[in-house]
Amino acid sequence: MTPAKGKTAATEEKSKAKAKASPEKPRAAAKGATKRPAGKSSAGGAKAKVKAKKTAAPRKPRKTEPKVREDFTPRIVVFACNWCSYAGADTAGISRIQYSPHFRIIRVMCSGRVHPAFVLRAFELGADGVLVSGCHFGDCHYIFGNERAVEQFEKTKALLKILGLEEGRIRLEWISAAEGVKFGRVIDEFVEQVRALGPSTLAPPGRELPREAEAFADAAALAK
Amino acid sequence: MDKTATVDERALKDANAFLCLECGKCTSTCVVARYNRSYSPRRLISQALAGGRLPTSQELSICLTCMACDARCPSGVRFVDLIRELRRATYGAEFAGNCSHGGAMQSLMKLMTAAELNQDRLAWVTDDLKTADEGDVAFFVGCAPYFDAFFTELEVDTLAGVKGAVKVINALGIAPVVLPDERCCGHDLLWGGDVEHFEILARRNVELLRAKGVKTVVFNCPECYYTFKADYADVVGALPFEVKHLSEFLAERAGELNFVDDEGEKVTFQDPCRLARFAGVVEPPREVLTAAGVELAEMPRSGKGAVCCAGNGWLNCDRFSKEVQLERLREARATGATTLVTACPKCEIHFRCAMKDPNLGDEIKMEIRDLASTVASRLENKKAKPKGKETEE
Repeated sequence: MTPAKGKTAATEEKSKAKAKASPEKPRAAAKGATKRPAGKSSAGGAKAKVKAKKTAAPRKPRKTEPKVREDFTPRIVVFACNWCSYAGADTAGISRIQYSPHFRIIRVMCSGRVHPAFVLRAFELGADGVLVSGCHFGDCHYIFGNERAVEQFEKTKALLKILGLEEGRIRLEWISAAEGVKFGRVIDEFVEQVRALGPSTLAPPGRELPREAEAFADAAALAK
Repeated sequence: MDKTATVDERALKDANAFLCLECGKCTSTCVVARYNRSYSPRRLISQALAGGRLPTSQELSICLTCMACDARCPSGVRFVDLIRELRRATYGAEFAGNCSHGGAMQSLMKLMTAAELNQDRLAWVTDDLKTADEGDVAFFVGCAPYFDAFFTELEVDTLAGVKGAVKVINALGIAPVVLPDERCCGHDLLWGGDVEHFEILARRNVELLRAKGVKTVVFNCPECYYTFKADYADVVGALPFEVKHLSEFLAERAGELNFVDDEGEKVTFQDPCRLARFAGVVEPPREVLTAAGVELAEMPRSGKGAVCCAGNGWLNCDRFSKEVQLERLREARATGATTLVTACPKCEIHFRCAMKDPNLGDEIKMEIRDLASTVASRLENKKAKPKGKETEE
């Protein structure tokens, strides 16, 4: 708990400003502007080269580069296991760790339950990134559930690779119930990573999850 | 109730349901009804006609839409059309299906409706396979790359069929056009009631093929073939190209292929529903197999009377599906053939899954291979190039 305390002290000032989204925005603009161009150009170039070698009909480059949106807040779905990662998120909350709010957490009994269908469905509904999180190896409540999670995740990765989705949009992490700090750090990292990739091209128009701003507006309306 | 009554009445009329004689041939033919005693096509039709009680969501998803009932019906009732129409009419509201594999296949298909895709689906094109960017003949790959990535634990190799198909087309001196961003044909969405997404996929596929200016599109997957042939016209109008199943394409050119002379193995052929009963392509696969020099042992129920693999467009999979698969595998084994040849990747997937049964073990084990890879393995190796993966086992 000591590292947690350190972090809370450092971020206490931020928490005073009660609006959750507002401290996020300047950071988004600053980081996004520096990160995005570098990451994308190198990845795109490498991909194009590999493709040209492999097939007779070379794959076309993207017609339109995904729009870089300064105000882009990624929609991220987190599948967290009941025994470790979900409790880890609780720990993060109890320790008042400040981290990005741009994710929706879905509790599953075990990370091994996260079938490729879950992840595909999230992307189908407009998610920009999906994080699967479970217990560390050896700590699984069901002994080997997280080993199944690896198998399922590999399958998901293979499917999304064929579909042409960037690899950085999915991530598998092991977070224990005590690792509140790690939970916050992973979320922050992943949010920035997906932010750099931009909106998912697979999100069908008109079927999207609401973006953060709308979600908060809904919540505010409900509170009244 | 009134609101839907019009839809239902029209559906019943369109399916010729009013001509039903209640003879019960449909139920006695239905492979599902043989095991699932609570399911009966005849009862569903007569209930719909008598009291307006329509099939429930559960009953709608049980139907394999294999068309065995309609093939036998003496008065031409199209039960399968009725099921499809009711699935469409109630899609999203009452009907959802118990999508097998957690709905992963449906999600994949819907994801492929995105306007901008950058798929990596041609990794199987190895150096010994010749494909082109432009030409008269296109080869529609289908979902095999996804199947192989998804069904890893079943050790399916549906890409072997795709590779075999390209190899045989190459042997005819044609380098087929393959699309790097081909979409799913949408067959399972259409039959699962999701017409909205099906139409998007149909438009995108036809647009991609039209842009290539191809004259003929060859299919290895019978579902893609039948969907292009029968259902795309409703969405995009007359197709600007000719569609052919690989077996038809090869049967027309069988004389141009050189096969090895030695005696081939004894195989039996599983007719896919969409190929035999729906599209009526019964003879071409047999002609091609015979030309390739394999010995064909027919199962008692073959051709238009063949038994479905209980695949059901990823809508439902239950213990009755398993029974159907076991029955069919036993039938195939009884022919004395060593290999079960099929022309549909889904038959391969479902039979391989059934063969995993640990209790039955060797009783139903059988080699299973795609039609195209079987034919490709019999090609004369003129250029003495190393045999492709599909010929190994």
